[in-house]
Amino acid sequence: MLGAFFAILYYVATLILVIGVGARIRTYVKVPAPLIIPTQPAPKTRNGVFWRMFREVVFFESLFKSNKWTWVFAYAFHMSMWLVVARHLRYLTQPVWGWVEIVQPFGTYAAFTMILGLLGLWGRRIVVERIRYISNPSDHLMLALIVGIAVSGAMMRFVAHTDIVAVKAFFMGLYTFRIGHFPSDPVLIIHVSLVALLMIIFPISKLLHAPGVFFSPTRNQVDNPREKRHLAPWAEKLEG
Amino acid sequence: MAAQDIDIPKLHHPLEIPKLKCGAMADSMPYPASPAHQESVGFPGELLPDWKERALAKMKELGEKNRAFKVYLDACVKCGACTDKCHYFIGTGDPKNMPVARQDLLRSVYRRYFTFAGKYFPSLVGARDLTEEVLNEWYSYYHQCSQCRRCSVYCPFGIDTAEISMAAREIMDVVGKGQKYCNEIIGKVHKIGNNLGLQEKALRATLEGLEEDIEDDNGVSVRIPLDEKGADILLITPSADFFAEPHIEGLIGYAKVFHEAGVSWTVSSYASEAANFGLFIGSYENMQKVALRIRKAAQDLGVKRIIFGECGHAWRVAYSFLNTLAGPWDFLDPKYPVPQHILEFTWGEIQKGTLNIDKSRNDHIRLTYHDSCNVARASGMGDEVGGQFEIPRNVIKAVCNNYFDMAPDTIKEGTLCCGGGGGLLTDELMDLRTKGASPRMKALQDVTEEHGVTHMAAICAICKTQFSKIMPKFGYDMEAILSVHQLVSNALILSGQETEEDAGETAANSDA
Repeated sequence: MLGAFFAILYYVATLILVIGVGARIRTYVKVPAPLIIPTQPAPKTRNGVFWRMFREVVFFESLFKSNKWTWVFAYAFHMSMWLVVARHLRYLTQPVWGWVEIVQPFGTYAAFTMILGLLGLWGRRIVVERIRYISNPSDHLMLALIVGIAVSGAMMRFVAHTDIVAVKAFFMGLYTFRIGHFPSDPVLIIHVSLVALLMIIFPISKLLHAPGVFFSPTRNQVDNPREKRHLAPWAEKLEG
Repeated sequence: MAAQDIDIPKLHHPLEIPKLKCGAMADSMPYPASPAHQESVGFPGELLPDWKERALAKMKELGEKNRAFKVYLDACVKCGACTDKCHYFIGTGDPKNMPVARQDLLRSVYRRYFTFAGKYFPSLVGARDLTEEVLNEWYSYYHQCSQCRRCSVYCPFGIDTAEISMAAREIMDVVGKGQKYCNEIIGKVHKIGNNLGLQEKALRATLEGLEEDIEDDNGVSVRIPLDEKGADILLITPSADFFAEPHIEGLIGYAKVFHEAGVSWTVSSYASEAANFGLFIGSYENMQKVALRIRKAAQDLGVKRIIFGECGHAWRVAYSFLNTLAGPWDFLDPKYPVPQHILEFTWGEIQKGTLNIDKSRNDHIRLTYHDSCNVARASGMGDEVGGQFEIPRNVIKAVCNNYFDMAPDTIKEGTLCCGGGGGLLTDELMDLRTKGASPRMKALQDVTEEHGVTHMAAICAICKTQFSKIMPKFGYDMEAILSVHQLVSNALILSGQETEEDAGETAANSDA
C-alpha cells in the first residue's frame, strides 16, 4: 500500500521534474537574446565566458561581492546540499560508485552545515528589514520545505536509523517497475514525501534559478559586439 | 526656492544603508507624454480602453522575444543581494527602489497571468492583478530607475533591473502611457536628427562660432567641419556638446586632437546626435531607427570610420548595439573598430606622441573621475577587458598631474550613477535626481576631504548636465564637473601656438 503510493508518487514527481525543467530550458534556449548585454567588464572569448560562469556557479562570485553574510550561508547550504545529494546516490546505484564512497563521510556531516546555512538564510529573511520586505510566503515555505527535508534526513542518520536496506531495495526496484515494500517509519515517510514535493514544485518555483543562471545574458555572453554582428531571428526579419 | 525643500540625505558613508521609508517616493512622477509626442514615436496618444489586454499581450511578446526578460522574471530567489545596491534606494530609503522590489512590481503581474503558482496561489507567491493602480505604480517607480545596472553586478544570477525597467516602459508606451521627456526627444531625433531639434543652419552657425572662439583663444585656426563629404572620420557626438557647459569644452578638445593628429573629419547634420533614448524606453524599433541615421550619414558622406564623442548610454548603444542595429559596416575601413570612442583615438595619439602636452596647465585642478554607468558596466573600450576603466584614466593621467580615485566600491564596475541617467534628466524629477546623486556626492566629498579634490571629470553628457545642476547643492561650483577632453584641451599645445614661455623667450630675445 505504502509501497504503491510512493512508487506512483516518485514516478509522477520524476516526470514532472524532468519534463517541467526540460520545457523551461527549452523555452530559455528558444527565446533569443536580441542584444549583447553582458555586465561589464566581460570576457572577450567563449573560454573566458566559461570561466566566468564557472566562478559564478562554483564560488558564487557575484554574491560574494555583494554580501558576505548571505554568501556564507548560501555557500554553506548549497555546497553541503551537493555533498548530501551525492551521498544519496549510494541508495540509487548498485554497485555504489567509487567516488560516492569517498563522498560518504563528508556528505553525512554536511547535513549540519546545510541546516546551519538554511537557518542563516531564514534568519536573515526574518531579521533584516530589507529582506523581510521582499519575502513572500512562498519564500518562507520553500525554506521550511528544505529544512524539513534536511532535518528529517539527519534524524534518520544520527538519531533513529531507518531500515535503509529496505529503502534502497525499494528505490532500486523502481528502475525495473517492481513495487517493493516501503518501511512505515514516520520520519522516513516525511523525508521522502517532502523530497517528492520539492521535485514537483521545482519547475514552477524560484528553484528555476538553478538552470536560469546558465541562460543569463549578463553572464553568458561574449563581449565582442564590434567584431561580430549579433542578430536575433525576429530582428533579422525587421531588416526586410 | 524649490531646491531647498529637497531633504538631502546626510550619508556617513557613500553606501550607507537607509532605514526603510515606505511610500517615500510614491508621488514621484515624470510628466506624461502628450498625444503628439506619443504618436511621433509610434505609440498610441493616450491610455487605450483595452490597455490591460494590450499590456499583457506585450508582456507575453517580450517573454518570447527577449531571453533576459524571461529568465530574470523566473530566476530571482529574493536573496536580497541587490537590496542595498541602488543609489535611489540609498538616497530615498523607499523600499520599492530596492532593485528586487522594483522588479517585483512587474514580476508580481507576470506571475499572476503567466505562471502556474501565480494563477492558482497568487497570495502565496506575491502575484497580483494588473490594475490601473499597478500601472500608475509602474509609471512612478520604473521612472526611478536610471538603468545603471549596478544591481546586476551583485546579483548571483546577473539579473539586470535595467532590462525589466526598459520592458516596463515599453509596455507602458504601447498602451499609451509614455513619458514626455524621452518620447518628445526621440521624436525630435526622428524628425530633425538631434535631441535638441537643432536645425542644420543653427548647427553650422554654432560650430563656426566655436571655431572663432578656438582661434581667439589659441591663435591657431582649428576647424569643426560639418557635412564635409569625403572626410575620413564621422564624429557622432551628443548634441549637448554643441551648446552646454562643460560639454562644449569637450567638443573643442576633440577638434584640437583631430587637428593635431592631422586627420580629416566631419560632423553630420543629419545624424547630429550620439544619444539614443530608444534605449531608455526599451524600444528596439526606435533605437534602430535612430541608429540607422548614423549609417545613412556615414554612407552619404563617404567616411572611412566612425568615432563617438563623450556620452555614456550613447557609447553603450554604439559599442554594444550599433553593429546589431545598423550593421554590417563592411563599407568602412576594416582597419578600425566600428565604432571607436574618442578616448580610444586620443589615447592612441598620446601613445604615438603626436600630441604636445603640457600637464602643468591642469595644475590648478585636483581631479577625480566619475565612471559613467553605461560606459563602466555596459560597454568596453580598447582591446583589453576593463579598457573602459583604464583608457579614460590613462588619458587623464597623461594630461593632469593631480589625480585621485574615489572609494574603490564606488568606481569602475561598482560605480554609482550620477542620478540623472536612463531618461530621468528632467526638471520635474529634481527631487529624485538630488537624492539619487547623494551617494556619488558623498564619495566625492570624501576625496575632497582626504586629497583636496576640486574637480570631477566624466565622459557622459547626462552625467555632466546632472552634476552641473546637482553639485552646487553639495557645496561645489557648477564648473567643478569637467569633460575629459576639456582637460586634454587645456593641456594640449597646438602646433604653431604661441605659449606663455614662447612669449617670454621672444621678449627676452628682443631685449638682447
